Amino acid sequence: MSETFMIDGYELVVGLEVHVELATATKLFSASANRFGDDPNTHIDPVTLGLPGALPVLNRQAVELAMRIGLALNCSVQACTFHRKNYFYPDMPKAYQISQYDVPLNIDGWLELPGGKRIGIERAHLEEDTGKSTHIGGTGGRIHGSDYSLIDFNRAGVPLVEIVGRPDIATPDEAKQYVTELRQILVAIGASDAKMEEGSMRCDANVSVRKPGAPLGTRCEIKNVNSVRSLGRAIEYEARRQIALIEGGEKVRQETRHWDENDGRTHTLRTKEDADDYRYFLEPDLVPLAPEASWIDAVRAALPMLPRERRARLSSATGAPSDGEAVMVVVERGQDDYVLAVAAAGADASRALVHVKEAYAEQGATPAVPAADLARMIVLETSGKLTSTQAKTVLAEIVANGGGDAEKIAAAKGFEAMDTGALEAMVDEVIAAQADAWAKYCAGEEKAMGALVGAIMKASKGKADGKAVTALLQSKRG
Amino acid sequence: MAELSNAVDIATAVRNGSVSAVAVLDQYLARIDSRESSIHAFNLVTREQARSMAAKVDADVKAGRDPGPLAGVPIALKDNMCTRGVPTTCSSRILEGWKPPYDATVVTRLAEAGAVFVGKTNLDEFAMGSSTENSAFGVTYNPHDTSRVSGGSSGGSAAAVAAGFAAASLGSDTGGSIRQPAALCGVVGVKPTYGTVSRYGLVAFASSLDQIGPFTVDVRDAAVLLEAMSGHDPLDSTSIPQPALSLQGSLDRDVKGLRIGRITDLPGGSDPEVEARLAESFEALAAAGATIVDVELPSMKYGLTAYYLIAPAEASSNLARYDGVRYGLRVDAADTNAMYMATRAAGFGDEVKRRIMLGTYALSAGYYDAYYGKALKVRRLISDDFARAYQKADVLLTPTSPIVAFPVGAKVDDPLSMYLCDVFTIPTNLAGHPAMSVPFGTGAHGLPVGVQVLAPTLGESVMFQVAAHLERVAPGGAK
Repeated sequence: MSETFMIDGYELVVGLEVHVELATATKLFSASANRFGDDPNTHIDPVTLGLPGALPVLNRQAVELAMRIGLALNCSVQACTFHRKNYFYPDMPKAYQISQYDVPLNIDGWLELPGGKRIGIERAHLEEDTGKSTHIGGTGGRIHGSDYSLIDFNRAGVPLVEIVGRPDIATPDEAKQYVTELRQILVAIGASDAKMEEGSMRCDANVSVRKPGAPLGTRCEIKNVNSVRSLGRAIEYEARRQIALIEGGEKVRQETRHWDENDGRTHTLRTKEDADDYRYFLEPDLVPLAPEASWIDAVRAALPMLPRERRARLSSATGAPSDGEAVMVVVERGQDDYVLAVAAAGADASRALVHVKEAYAEQGATPAVPAADLARMIVLETSGKLTSTQAKTVLAEIVANGGGDAEKIAAAKGFEAMDTGALEAMVDEVIAAQADAWAKYCAGEEKAMGALVGAIMKASKGKADGKAVTALLQSKRG
Repeated sequence: MAELSNAVDIATAVRNGSVSAVAVLDQYLARIDSRESSIHAFNLVTREQARSMAAKVDADVKAGRDPGPLAGVPIALKDNMCTRGVPTTCSSRILEGWKPPYDATVVTRLAEAGAVFVGKTNLDEFAMGSSTENSAFGVTYNPHDTSRVSGGSSGGSAAAVAAGFAAASLGSDTGGSIRQPAALCGVVGVKPTYGTVSRYGLVAFASSLDQIGPFTVDVRDAAVLLEAMSGHDPLDSTSIPQPALSLQGSLDRDVKGLRIGRITDLPGGSDPEVEARLAESFEALAAAGATIVDVELPSMKYGLTAYYLIAPAEASSNLARYDGVRYGLRVDAADTNAMYMATRAAGFGDEVKRRIMLGTYALSAGYYDAYYGKALKVRRLISDDFARAYQKADVLLTPTSPIVAFPVGAKVDDPLSMYLCDVFTIPTNLAGHPAMSVPFGTGAHGLPVGVQVLAPTLGESVMFQVAAHLERVAPGGAK
């Protein structure tokens, strides 16, 4: 994207920290189920509740999914350790979170945006999630001033990977692309369902501004950003807030700020001065984690094709740009394999891309329509036996029925290629019948063309090709 | 019926049907009834549970099923080990009313071996102390002289065995909490290699140092208990992946040719009688053909300091969860924060509060490197010292405690002098090694003295071999 994105002469510097819940069967350190949406406090056990005497046991599947994330983000996977991050909060039953500190599992990778820019990944480490507090009474769902609080420990101990990106993001749009791309990668590799709205993917943004060439400005961390759209808004708001401060002769204070979706602003949550002292130390209840090389290799070898590779493959098969809308949309829906199958069945790949993108919005990764059926329809279209308008009608029926023989459908609808002479005769008839409209059209009223085209299409019972009709009308006007 | 005094004899008799587990239990309960009021070994005597466990053992024998190697052996559990449905207090008010929903792994394993649990024993609150005077529920007195302490923190478990309230008991040892009370009460106490016995269900004091071990009347019983308790537990990530220890074969093995290490730079200040008993133990081993070799442990003198940074640091984290919300004591107050503070103020005793503060400080930003970080380096140096010493020696001997049991109240106002009780036991925990205390004659006032046998990681076999020999040659015979 634009290297030159500026607000009032300031550059934007953004680094994102993304937490994703791993799609494991059980929690990071216990055998309770990792499941969203069940009745509160039904997936708990002595470890989850931090009962005296309970001890954590690391979940191998969580390590494997975390390694998948690291490898998909081009990180090095290394022998690592766990630390205790000590802080007190009612929804954290041990009063410490088991996380990774100075030696994380994955380090030094990158994520490539669809346009080709690479955003550095500093680390991607494993840690456990907290429980969920609901504060009843008071205002704004905050603990302060509430009448009482309810705690659900189902989420406590759910495995998380925190992906810490380097401050390589220069625009709100890049931030949105980063999160969108990351989400697709996480889903593609089966590591997480990565749903921001359900909280299985959570994004904090570190935002600062500076004049070009100046040293990095003081950053603020923005929390509570719950959608990709909000992320762009929050970053832009925060950048403008910081610029206004600097322009007003004030300094930006390093602090954590809360994005308020309703008023579209960020608000101070806590300043650097009241930041917790986490008193990190090596978790004595766990041993170092040293994935053997053969395990890492096996995980790497089993990685599926990533969205970036899928886009490149689809782009080279169809000629459409890899960061263009059609390729992006079809890959995001997971329909690229299908497009290629349609092409392999003899259809023009670029027409297959267009039809799948247009007509398959509601279909899953593997649409019900057999690839051969769609291919046959496209062959009719590209050989001129169906106009593009007719093709759409036939396709709609094929999609509605989950398949079908395009030729039979076309025949049943009375579609046959209209020869040019017949079409011209029909155009002349309509011009004669709609003299007023024709006069207006000839006088330069382009709106009038709609009425003429509509009448011709009606007369042809939809068999006429709209483009050909338009071309004929234009040539007759001279 | 003749009284059976050790676990092996009881289990043998119960298994062959010559005595019933219920009858054995009755003998022990009778002793509890007659003397517990002057000892206070227990926070809770689980009479009914014990009777039903004993009855089940007898039913098994009657039906021809083997109840296991500890059939009908009355065993007491330190009250920091989780017992399902039975209060587990850590001798702290903060856990008032809490009944764990699960059993510690050791509890499960001993039950499967046929043991009969007679009760939960008193301790220094959260195992922090060396005299069992820090218990919220009162002192445990030494059965040899009830004006004196039983040692700690596992004082209740040591006293229970010494007083004949249980044939054996379990303690936990973080800096000497099994070995020191064993020495003061004249019983055998073993701290196994870190990771040998599962910590699952042991309420944590200092997780990297805590280890469960047995108190018994003799060395063979300790071997049998350890065989039943040890072996990999998938619920404890620090549990060593290996099968249970096999120790009984070592007990009768000749010590001839073994190299016994004498630490030349051992910190001084021990009672002269204690020093004399240690000298005699070396002589006895030399007389049996062992070689006495001199070794140096120059970092040992820093062990106490390092321990009093590392253990409180871990404790400050482990004890942060007691907030009055989910279980245990709650002292109501105007708002939630005030409730947390009132609960913790009322729930923890002075020593626990002292260590939480010490540990929090040692881990704090700006102090970490100078305190906790440096203590970790000392810990490494001590391990290195031991590694060098064990190139020259198979085991090391020291006194277990520099002094014999001291009068109740003598040290309560002087924490530093109390901490010095553990000067010989702490380095073992820092290194993760095994060590055990064996009764070896008496000291001042005719009170028991223990000799400590130290061995390298997983050196339990040679440790038991030497301990068994010392037991055979101890002044005045075994016990």
